[in-house]
Amino acid sequence: MDIGVHHYLIVSAVLFCIGLLGVLIRRGLIEMYMGLELMLNAANLALVAFSRFQNNLEGQLMVFFTITVAAAEVAVGLALIVALYRKRKTTDATDLTSMKL
Amino acid sequence: MHETLFYIFAALTLLCGLLVVFNPFSRNPVTSAMFLVLTMISISGLFVLLQAYFLAAVQILVYAGAVMVLFLFVIMLLDLRESEQRRLKTFSTVLGLAAVGGLAAVMIGTVKHAQAGAATAIGETRALGKLLFTQHLFPFEIISVLLLVAMVGVILLSKREVE
Repeated sequence: MDIGVHHYLIVSAVLFCIGLLGVLIRRGLIEMYMGLELMLNAANLALVAFSRFQNNLEGQLMVFFTITVAAAEVAVGLALIVALYRKRKTTDATDLTSMKL
Repeated sequence: MHETLFYIFAALTLLCGLLVVFNPFSRNPVTSAMFLVLTMISISGLFVLLQAYFLAAVQILVYAGAVMVLFLFVIMLLDLRESEQRRLKTFSTVLGLAAVGGLAAVMIGTVKHAQAGAATAIGETRALGKLLFTQHLFPFEIISVLLLVAMVGVILLSKREVE
């Protein structure tokens, strides 16, 4: 059987679900962040697959911009986690409940 | 050849992605980060199969290089050892599995009804660069400003306040 756009989209959907599961059930902020990275990569994979099978380079351009924004986002997010750790001495989401009523 | 490579890279991507989230042997964040590196590298293999050679190189350089070094640096800086003893909560695990299973069913069902296009030979780096520096020059410049803003923000956030 020939490899079509469906195969890539199914890999992308499953990878997105794995990332979402990581965000939902892991409790460490760093592990949740890794789940976010997995979801971003799944979206990138779907965009590249669309770009190849629609014969349109704009999808790859979009992925280029996404990777750049993701790099900036990781830097800011990890700086926030470090600042939080300095203040609270924890990075566990179950301990960060000061916004709870 | 293409099919075999696709199945190898897809299996590697999904297996390593799963090991990032649920590792039965270790709950150590460093292990998760290492499997995340492997996931990024397999995704870049999939990019090569999709003839997006430039993006495959960028993926390795930016994700497997810069982003993962940043992750490992922060993990080792914070010395997160106590998170290994934490157990996953059953209730949230069951709810999360149910929600994600529903989402997966919807997405895969949608993909099955999609129209398939024919693959054509695109994806040269030269064409991508031409498009980037002619039609999309303005977003490209905006991205550079965004990187500058992020850099200034990170320095401001991680600076210790001086009394």
